[in-house]
Amino acid sequence: MINVKDLHVYYGLIEAVKGISFEVEEGQIVSLIGSNGAGKTSTLEALLNNVKKTGEINFSGFDTVNHKTHSLVQRGLSLVPEGRRVFINLSVEDNLRMGAFNNDENYERLKDVMYGLFPRIKEKRLQMAGTLSGGEQQMLAISRALMSEPKLLMLDEPSLGLAPKIVGEVFEIITRLKEEGITILLVEQNAFAALRISDYAYVLENGKIAMQGIAKDMIGDDEIRKKYLGG
Amino acid sequence: MNFLEFMQQMVNGFSLGSMYALIAIGYTMVYGVLRLINFAHGDIMMVGAFLGYFGMAVLGLPFVAAVFLAVVGSSLLGMLTDKVAYKPLRDAPKISLLITAIGISFFLENIFNVLFGGTPRPFPVPEYMEHIINISGLIFSVASLMVPIVTLLLLTIILWVLYKTKYGMAIRALAFDVNTVNLMGIDANRIIMLVFGMGSGLAAVGGIFWAVNYPSVEPMMGVLIGLKAFAAAVVGGIGSVGGAVIGGFIIGFTEVVVVAFLPEYGGYKDAFAFVLLILVLLFKPTGILGINFDKSRF
Repeated sequence: MINVKDLHVYYGLIEAVKGISFEVEEGQIVSLIGSNGAGKTSTLEALLNNVKKTGEINFSGFDTVNHKTHSLVQRGLSLVPEGRRVFINLSVEDNLRMGAFNNDENYERLKDVMYGLFPRIKEKRLQMAGTLSGGEQQMLAISRALMSEPKLLMLDEPSLGLAPKIVGEVFEIITRLKEEGITILLVEQNAFAALRISDYAYVLENGKIAMQGIAKDMIGDDEIRKKYLGG
Repeated sequence: MNFLEFMQQMVNGFSLGSMYALIAIGYTMVYGVLRLINFAHGDIMMVGAFLGYFGMAVLGLPFVAAVFLAVVGSSLLGMLTDKVAYKPLRDAPKISLLITAIGISFFLENIFNVLFGGTPRPFPVPEYMEHIINISGLIFSVASLMVPIVTLLLLTIILWVLYKTKYGMAIRALAFDVNTVNLMGIDANRIIMLVFGMGSGLAAVGGIFWAVNYPSVEPMMGVLIGLKAFAAAVVGGIGSVGGAVIGGFIIGFTEVVVVAFLPEYGGYKDAFAFVLLILVLLFKPTGILGINFDKSRF
């Protein structure tokens, strides 16, 4: 699905990502975990060509290097950004409309699918998105990203700032999306929750991949537990 | 001052306010998406008025066709200024953008001055527009009736576009979050271009109405009208289209009322728009329907 080789990301003179390689296979959930400032968000930005970078990114058979962010989204990459970033001055329904900007013919059908998946959003579909709770905004952000029918869904810290019960709900939904056949790249600080639902995971540390492996094995690994999962 | 006179002034104020409103919408929409006070906007209006003039006086087109020419020409010019002057500065400090806008303004004023001279040219107002209607003592021309009607019609269209079409939603979304608009697979630059096109087209209509009411065009006509329309946008709440319309009517009515009821201050009528501007900036900087962009953007 997506294959990344020797990716470097720069912000001015600072190198935020220092040569990482990873891949996401179709139908899987792959996680990038690591602490704040490890380079996780920068990696996602680089996949969407939104930052200065070097390296090779191959997304389902084509080189992304010459594409702008919006054109990559049109080709099947979709990001649920950190902090959700719903359009607070648009209604819930209009947020979904924006997600389907280039998918007019399937808008009505997908809208119903999303309302089925997230009944709480349906109830509030005419409200301004800014009036939703954090959890509802996260669900809206996820459904908005799905409205373009992406091949690869990327989620940046979907658990950030949410109550533990809501975090559970969000991760349950991500699992369900995988069952629907959507490929997912998940970026999380909440390593334990991410590993539990992932197939494969990469641990980022200071812009480099410190460790990688099958997610289930990593949960069981004592060293990883100590270092990244808080005991 | 009797009731009839009062109503007469109301009609005049409504007509004048409509013109300010049409022009103010362009300021407010561009501010919404770029955080730029597009000081060239008044001059785009002037170009629109000139195109209308050329269409009728030179090409001999009927009024409606001349308006069409002016709207299309001004829209293209607005989009061109964005592409040539503002787009290269998307990541530059806002002050660079502002200075560039002032540069475009001077450029348009002076190029028209060089090409067509500074002498006002009489605008060929179609006869039927000068036709006077008398409804039980209330006197107005067809033009002064047409201006508010067309304005309301255009306003309805604009609001429909903004609230009911995906392009309008993208314009509103862009006002708060450029990056996330790109994440929707939308080319934000094309939406910005659309805003320039729409705003400039409306300004052209405003400019032609102006030329019909004060029947002449000249290269500097956009300066004062543009500044007053800008004041209207700020009074109404910059970034809000509804606010721009309300602001336009407030400025329009204020001017008419000053001239009609305080004739000794009539000479200062142009100053009142700016007095209002200063008062609003002092006491409610976000204007009447103002949006506080700082809180939610980036």
